[in-house]
Amino acid sequence: MIASRLLAGLDLKGRVFLAALAGLAVLVPVLNLAVPETSALHVPTYVVSLLGKYLSYALLAVALDLVWGYCGILSLGHGAFFALGGYAMGMYLMRQIGPRGVYGNPTLPDFMVFLNWKELPLTWYGFQSFPYAMLMVVLAPGLLALVFGWFAFRSRVTGVYLSIITQAMTYALLLAFFRNDMGFGGNNGLTDFKDILGFNIQAQTTRVGLFVATVVALALGYAVARAMVNSAYGKVLIAVRDAESRARFLGYRVERYKLVAFTVSACMAGVAGALYVPQVGIINPSEFAPANSIEAVIWVAVGGRGTLVGAALGAIVVNFAKTWFTGALPELWLFGLGALFVLVTLFLPKGVVGTLSAWSGGRRQAAPAGVAAAPAAE
Amino acid sequence: MNAQPELTQALLYLDGVSVSFDGFRALNNLSLVIGPGEMRAIIGPNGAGKTTMMDIVTGKTRPDEGDVLFDGRVDLTRLDEASIAELGIGRKFQKPTVFESQTVEDNLLLALKGPRSAAASLFGWRNRVKASELDGVLETVGLAEHRARLAADLSHGQKQWLEIGMLLAQDPKLLLVDEPVAGMTDAETEETARLLTRIAGNHAVVVVEHDMAFVRALGCKVTCLHEGTVLAEGPIDAVSANERVIEVYLGR
Repeated sequence: MIASRLLAGLDLKGRVFLAALAGLAVLVPVLNLAVPETSALHVPTYVVSLLGKYLSYALLAVALDLVWGYCGILSLGHGAFFALGGYAMGMYLMRQIGPRGVYGNPTLPDFMVFLNWKELPLTWYGFQSFPYAMLMVVLAPGLLALVFGWFAFRSRVTGVYLSIITQAMTYALLLAFFRNDMGFGGNNGLTDFKDILGFNIQAQTTRVGLFVATVVALALGYAVARAMVNSAYGKVLIAVRDAESRARFLGYRVERYKLVAFTVSACMAGVAGALYVPQVGIINPSEFAPANSIEAVIWVAVGGRGTLVGAALGAIVVNFAKTWFTGALPELWLFGLGALFVLVTLFLPKGVVGTLSAWSGGRRQAAPAGVAAAPAAE
Repeated sequence: MNAQPELTQALLYLDGVSVSFDGFRALNNLSLVIGPGEMRAIIGPNGAGKTTMMDIVTGKTRPDEGDVLFDGRVDLTRLDEASIAELGIGRKFQKPTVFESQTVEDNLLLALKGPRSAAASLFGWRNRVKASELDGVLETVGLAEHRARLAADLSHGQKQWLEIGMLLAQDPKLLLVDEPVAGMTDAETEETARLLTRIAGNHAVVVVEHDMAFVRALGCKVTCLHEGTVLAEGPIDAVSANERVIEVYLGR
């Protein structure tokens, strides 16, 4: 029943997007596992993981679009939630290594032995259990967002000021996670993963499994975000974005609406991070770098703010370009990214998908009315 | 809520209200009483404190001193905007403020009385608000044939009416209307006066306006503010004949 209600609420873009994801979930595994390596159609395993990485970024972009596109909260710190989810997954993977580490300690991860620690820190308790780790993947970023958002929204911090403090938040976490005595591997982060749920993390089938899990998570994340913005809640959210004080004088507790969206979005970003880590094989403090969060904003802007599908596509396209660019002309990538952002802001303020739907007469869509070019202007 | 025994029969009761911003006294010992269902026009030169008075009633600004009571017992100075709106005070801004990227119908649905919490809207309890009420409001403000249009596509006058419609949908006891006819054509102004007089009676209405022809058309008691305090109060003819009012506001 819930599924049918969801499907009824989808527009054409949403249906095409979900169908494309379903297609990917079938096609990529088949082309990797069933088609012989000599065939031109074979998808190598490293490409499967690369696609999985793009799709986890796409989930992060959908999460960001929920708060930025529909509620006008330009978070420049969503990378922090992504990284926290990633660390929770990384801690589970570290505990799975067991005595197979370089130092052979059955409970302590290598970096702790190296630091001469005798006992597992309290923060690491429970992470040998997959369900507990998955709970933390959602809870850690969710709680941070809840507390951070509660203070920020209650004090009515909006616009650029909010963007700046989200940036400060991720930077503070970056510095904290760099420290060895935080107990999260310091500078080097967590790596050398061996298995996940008993499957060898390097194995071809595990890689394909992780890819499929990412596709499913992206589809679910999209469905949740879409259901939220289509509900009466979403209408209030858009109202808050367009005229915050009007919404307040209508009797809506704006700060609570924002807090719900911000927290759900952070949880979603955490899941994205958790899927990212096993596919790239490492998580370190650089994931908290402010530049990462800003890059995520660019994906959403390029794809189309306030469209959800656009955000996901933006993430995939920009990262594909990044992979290609950093291979072909590595020193020029940052210039390319900067130029892309400037061009999109100037000529496609609604992003690629937003502009396309405006052309096809889909003006009913809740695309921001000409405000996309100046997101932080309040 | 901070309920007290009923202290006054008035719907809105301001007594000795003062507020200063950086040394500028926006309101100076202002006292104002609005009865249930009453219509009142507030006039006065720029900086007389008209908008500040509305800010205080709606919880946007806190007074330095003075009493602000609603319904004879609720102290508005302790509540925030959302709680005051829930008590039954609606406000229309000077610049029309509607939700531009949503349809006329959605704008009114957002305003319609009903549960306001995030949970209520997320899980669909808010959808139980009655569509028939919506039709009534659309009819009253004359936007029935525009219900499916985006608010951004309405004319300036229509946006003003939509905003008044949103106030009606809220079904407040008191409507505060800030300069509703600024920038309107003469025909639109007349229509607005008719609209507001129709609304008064069921709701108390306080209108701040500069357009004297419009104020005359409202045919209600008038209060003239000057330097944050009441200069004159009474029927329009008496107020516009008042020497001080002519001196500071109307001009000779």
